[in-house]
Order: sequence, then C-alpha cells, then structure tokens
Amino acid sequence: MADNIKKFLYVNRRAPYGTIYALEALEVVLIGAAFDQDVSLAFFDDGVFQLTKGQNTEEIGVKNFSPTFRALGDYDVTKLYVEQESLDERGLTAADLQEITYEDEDDDWAEKPSLKIVSRAELSDIMADQDVVLSF
Amino acid sequence: MSTLHTVNKSPFATNALASCLNHAKDGDTILLIEDGVYGAATGTTLADTVTAKVGALSICVLSGDISARGIDQKRLIKGVTSVDYTGFVKLAASHDRSQAWL
Repeated sequence: MADNIKKFLYVNRRAPYGTIYALEALEVVLIGAAFDQDVSLAFFDDGVFQLTKGQNTEEIGVKNFSPTFRALGDYDVTKLYVEQESLDERGLTAADLQEITYEDEDDDWAEKPSLKIVSRAELSDIMADQDVVLSF
Repeated sequence: MSTLHTVNKSPFATNALASCLNHAKDGDTILLIEDGVYGAATGTTLADTVTAKVGALSICVLSGDISARGIDQKRLIKGVTSVDYTGFVKLAASHDRSQAWL
C-alpha cells in the first residue's frame, strides 16, 4: 500500500464565486479523496479568499461552498497550507479565516487545526516536494 | 455627462480596476461587482490607490457580492457605498453610459 501512495497537491489561486475554479477544485479534492493518497491543498494569491469566514451567498443565488472545507478532515484531507504573504497583501489575517479542524486518529482523536499558515518560501518547498500538482 | 464603470475582476488578479481608476473622469461612478468587490476593502496593497480616488469619483460595491465573500461592511474603505440590485439599475439609469472593465 505505502509503495503506491503519491503526494498530491491541489493549488488554489482563485477567489470563490467569480469563476467556477474554486468550487471545481473542491469537487475534485472530494472525488480524489477516495483514492487514499497523500493529499495537501495550497491556498495562495486570490485563493486565500476561499477560506474567509462569514460568506453568505443568499443575494447572489449561488451555493455557499465554504462550509464544505470543514468536512475535508473526514476524508483524511488535513493539510491546508495558506500563504502568509498572500493574506498580508489582501489585508487579511489568520483570524479572518474559518476554523478548519480534523480529528487525529493517531492521537486519541484529538481535534487539530487543518489550516497551516506558511511563508512563500515554505510553500515553494512544499510544492517542490510533490509527485503530482493539480492547479485551479 | 458621466459614465458608470463596472469592474468584475479581482484587483489582485488583473489590472482592470487599476486601469479603470486611471481612465475614469471626475464625477464618474465605479461600481465594483463580483470579484471586483475585493478592491473596496481596507488594509490591502491597493487600498491607498482606491482611497485617493474617493470623492473625485463615486465608488460603490454590490451588496450581494460583498456578503457572498464574507467582507464585513466595516471593512469597506471610507466613502465607498453599498448598493443592491435595484441600486445598480438606478445607477445605470442615472449615468449617460456604462462601461464594463472585463
């Protein structure tokens, strides 16, 4: 089993709602979760906007998919990297993002944060360490 | 004679807002819609550029697009006004022309 596990990274660089990319990325992550691979998500550039708190799409008549990020832990998708510099450029801090957690089965199901704020340099290393990178 | 400019792209993804701000005439209105609304938030790398134009230009955002993106009214640049769809129609009717910055 361990021999054929690859590292998959889903790159999210687009804001939600203005285009279909963000929603499609999330759909693909959920589908891909069935394949038991080592999955991470990266959010940088306008992609950080996908994770903001308090989204309410009632007036624009489209589905608010932001709560779905909180379900990713149940699919063993527990590494969501967010680039600090992208937040800074957009006037955002970690406090503006929703809380996304997972239960760690190797640590008595302790609840742990899935969001990991990383620097541009760290994210660059994370991307260079992958077997497969899927961009949205 | 005035123009209603609409900008629907994120200012961090394209230069549509920057170009619109550079070309709009005093007395014009810029309505930020869809991903364009990110241009109306404080604390961004663009906030100073937008703030400098408030007054000479009337800058508005579409309320539904602000709410969808979780941008609190309190985070809007001072002087930016929020309009709903009816307000959008009124703006279109009260200007001589509209120009979309795609």
